[in-house]
Amino acid sequence: MTMNIKLRIWRQANAQAEGKLVEYQLNDVSANMSFLEMMDVLNEQLISKGEAPVAFDHDCREGICGTCSMYINGRAHGPQKLSTTCQLYMRNFTDGETITIEPFRAKGFPVLKDLCVDRSAFDRIIAAGGYISASTGQAQDANAIPVEKAAADSAMDAAACIGCGACVAACKNASAMLFVSAKVSHLALLPQGHPERKKRALAMVAQMDAEGFGSCTNTYACEAECPKGISVANIARLNREFLNASLISEEMPK
Amino acid sequence: MALDSKIPAGDLQQKWEDYKNHVKLVNPSNKRKLEIIVVGTGLAGSSAAATLAELGYKVKAFCYQDSPRRAHSIAAQGGINAAKNYKNDGDSVYRLFYDTIKGGDFRAREANVYRLAEVSVNIIDQCVAQGVPFAREYGGLLDNRSFGGAQVSRTFYARGQTGQQLLIGAYQALERQIGLGNVQMYSRHEMLDVVTIDGKARGIIARDLVTGKLERHFGHAVLLCTGGYGNVFFLSTNAMGCNVTAAWKAYKRGAYFGNPCYTQIHPTCIPVSGEYQSKLTLMSESLRNDGRVWVPKTQEDAKAIREGRKKPTDIAEDARDYYLERKYPSYGNLAPRDISSRAAKEACDDGRGVGESGLAVYLDFADAIKRLGKHVIEERYGNLFDMYSHITAEDPYSVPMRIYPAVHYTMGGLWVDYDLMTTVPGLYALGEANFSDHGANRLGASALMQGLADGYFVIPYTIGAYLSGEIFTKAIPTDHPAFVEAENHVQTTLNNLLSIQGTKSVDQYHKELGKIMWDYCGMARTAEGLTKARDMVRKLRAEFWQNVRVTGKADELNQDLEKAQRVADFMELGELMIVDALERNESCGGHFRVEFQEEGEAKRNDDTYAYVAAWEFKGIENNPVMHKEELKFEEVKLATRSYK
Amino acid sequence: MSWMNTFLTSSIGRKLVMSVTGLFLITFLIVHCTINSMIFFNDGGEAFNKAAHFMGTNILIRTMEIVLFAGLILHIVQAYMLAAKNRQARPQGYAVSNPGANSKWYSRSMTLLGTLILMFLVLHISHFWSNSRLGGMMGIAPLEEVQIGDKEVLNLYQDMMVTFQSPFVIVIYVLGVISLCWHLIHGFQSAFQTLGVNHKKYTPVIKNIGIGFSILICLLFALMPVSIYAGWIC
Repeated sequence: MTMNIKLRIWRQANAQAEGKLVEYQLNDVSANMSFLEMMDVLNEQLISKGEAPVAFDHDCREGICGTCSMYINGRAHGPQKLSTTCQLYMRNFTDGETITIEPFRAKGFPVLKDLCVDRSAFDRIIAAGGYISASTGQAQDANAIPVEKAAADSAMDAAACIGCGACVAACKNASAMLFVSAKVSHLALLPQGHPERKKRALAMVAQMDAEGFGSCTNTYACEAECPKGISVANIARLNREFLNASLISEEMPK
Repeated sequence: MALDSKIPAGDLQQKWEDYKNHVKLVNPSNKRKLEIIVVGTGLAGSSAAATLAELGYKVKAFCYQDSPRRAHSIAAQGGINAAKNYKNDGDSVYRLFYDTIKGGDFRAREANVYRLAEVSVNIIDQCVAQGVPFAREYGGLLDNRSFGGAQVSRTFYARGQTGQQLLIGAYQALERQIGLGNVQMYSRHEMLDVVTIDGKARGIIARDLVTGKLERHFGHAVLLCTGGYGNVFFLSTNAMGCNVTAAWKAYKRGAYFGNPCYTQIHPTCIPVSGEYQSKLTLMSESLRNDGRVWVPKTQEDAKAIREGRKKPTDIAEDARDYYLERKYPSYGNLAPRDISSRAAKEACDDGRGVGESGLAVYLDFADAIKRLGKHVIEERYGNLFDMYSHITAEDPYSVPMRIYPAVHYTMGGLWVDYDLMTTVPGLYALGEANFSDHGANRLGASALMQGLADGYFVIPYTIGAYLSGEIFTKAIPTDHPAFVEAENHVQTTLNNLLSIQGTKSVDQYHKELGKIMWDYCGMARTAEGLTKARDMVRKLRAEFWQNVRVTGKADELNQDLEKAQRVADFMELGELMIVDALERNESCGGHFRVEFQEEGEAKRNDDTYAYVAAWEFKGIENNPVMHKEELKFEEVKLATRSYK
Repeated sequence: MSWMNTFLTSSIGRKLVMSVTGLFLITFLIVHCTINSMIFFNDGGEAFNKAAHFMGTNILIRTMEIVLFAGLILHIVQAYMLAAKNRQARPQGYAVSNPGANSKWYSRSMTLLGTLILMFLVLHISHFWSNSRLGGMMGIAPLEEVQIGDKEVLNLYQDMMVTFQSPFVIVIYVLGVISLCWHLIHGFQSAFQTLGVNHKKYTPVIKNIGIGFSILICLLFALMPVSIYAGWIC
């Protein structure tokens, strides 16, 4: 089955340039194509006409690397639940449909070109404290500390975050709380992460704020749009960790 | 130059211990003065960069992705092997070593593999300490499963996302060092050349992919942790950006390329659905535990299915050919990866393939559902079935899955000695980028193990052997003529690509190259086909440099240009793979030569070919020169694999 | 106390202020609603006026009134500051956005709902609070007094009966209360989430209590002007 679609895509030459939505007509799109393959086909057509192809981020195309982004018809990663853009298939669209594609938008995610945005703010948040300080060689035997299965499973649920930024893109406040809370939760739930939990919560929240992300007003749009189904229960846990570190513990913020 | 693998003397079990006890150390005040460049931030690169920074070296890390966390190690599903013997089922370092050597079809270096098996246990400890959420039993201890036909349960896993969790562990360790200022991170940077001065690797030329600017970076040593080159086939399970460029530039600067022809083809991938297909998705091999593989017995039935006149369920039981069960009665549907892959190809070549393209076979769960009930199958494979129906819009509970083999992993890579150093002093290769540990075929759950072993536990020791001699070398200014020459060389190549302005896109060339490689240097190779293919690749390469169309400019974010320069390197690598495949007149592991088989089985030739082929670059129009590293097996006895 | 400053200006610290003041205002609503519900005794306002007199003269309550105003102002000021900050977090908006697919409208509209409530509140305060507390000052007419037992108390009941004769006022009040209801449905559970209370067992209970509370309290509030206007209470 094939379809004809109209695309409205954000084109912006570079970070400083003005951008605008540009329309493209694309015919004979197979329903079995992935959304990114549809973009490939469009780009091939643009190249054959000597026009600049649309720049967009993508890599693994199996929903795990977190590189692909795109705000499709008003939704982060498009209309499908629990899915990244690369796992979205054209059968989710109809013949004759107009599809609007924009970059993820947030102060913390400046546009680099077309649909590519800079998400290095996430790396800086991790660098601020999203780790366990266990230099190579210091580890004891892996089974020395039993970890309650429920805690290990919840830690895994949180650790499933792929850092794509859909939570920020979908949030009306461009808040990065789901991302930050997933990492804080992953590490706070494991006994190995306990020694640094206070400093971690303080430092990561401080960095998150410094990057210009908004605050969480609990609309839970992030959870609904997260391709990995990260729960907002993690945000509550981050709040707990942060309140505890700020108000109850003797840990001083930097 | 004669190859010296620098394998330490002594008993196999003592080599690594002895090595560690005697390798030269660098004192902390000198480490601060030594700069190390790490290219690639997958398991090998992230773990190496983090660990070297922890030791006190000044590290610069590079990745082409927008974040080091996105490297393709992240996509590994199954697990990571370690000889922990937590299950008390008889596992040991020796057994893991032996299984890896045997799995590699006796084409790997004993000493390296033994070391790998030894450090495997430390990897698990390290990862748990970092917070990797491995699966646990109710009592809170780590869970294991058996994987890839191993007789013991030694595979640690984190749901179906083991690679992701291990990479995030290494990434977090790396980010910690970045935060501490010990690592300078360069994301969205692609290495485009190695700089050598007086025969030693002294830095790289990297392109800032956002601004397009070329940058010169000095390092006392350069570590290439840049993964495999499966994308030479265009379609593979690799990420779109995976490329050979870094390794290839090293090869052209004097590093030998080891065993380029060894390619692992994974039997259970979702088949190609059309011309637009950009990559192939792997389905876990565990599916073959309960699924039965078949094609119709007759070409007529297969044709009817392809044309949509018949459904698979219309084919009567006695009209189906359960070919794996028929050919390999004792292993049946669980026959090893290479054998299952080839059998599928044979069935399709025989005109009995299914699916629109005819390039697919069925993996049928009807019997298992009848025997165990739908809920059991759902419990075991629910997420995989979901993924399948998500991609294909078919329900595998009622219609058999369609599967086909796909390129998955490349065992070949830059030749390295025991220290992981290439033939260029100061230039190292780690993880999938080197050739070292998997021989001709890699076992399941071993790739993650090797990447982390190299990065966390091998290079931190072995690099001392080299850097202890470099403590008097001051940082070389990057206006040194060698840097200028290398940068000019890169600039010229990029300008050339942009100036051709031909008629065909980069992707078109990449697809054509991939098809040649898949048809002639894929699952089944012949001398005749390879000879023809070499010619075709050369012609295609010549045409590429005449007629490719690359849009945009060099000084901007230009994904078309990035791709073009990668494909240009694949065009050259493809030929080397063919040359290597042509030279190896035997069948072993991921290299099957149709001429060398016995009753349909791969026939190894240990007398003549028990060596590593390390290729030396002699100019692109000249034949590369092969150097042999003879493989000496002191511990294991060479045996023939049989799965009948 | 730089740590306190760091905390209060952090995104989570600001949210904590919203949460704590919000919950405090909820307790006020409970008291307010309870006292006002005395009119439903339909006893000519005796019970209500008595209770109102107690509230207006008890020193503890009067002190809390100051705290209440402080909390209210903090809630409002912080809300607008947060809203402004959050808007800055996305300098360029989307051309096409479909937030209805991922979140409830009222959870996204807390500032709007809060503003509506604020506007209502200005009217409400001018109707009842200013003349009971400031009557006789600043040119505001004093309320009549009424004899209950041996005490002369302000006839707030009478004030209500008079105010709720205008259909315009009734509509404004009902709309104000509806805004409050949506504001509370989100705010109640959101306050707990911000405090870090999210529990597999208890969060569904909190959510249901929040919805039940919001609807009940707003129904009662809405019923007051409506009943008076309709003459059910006289």
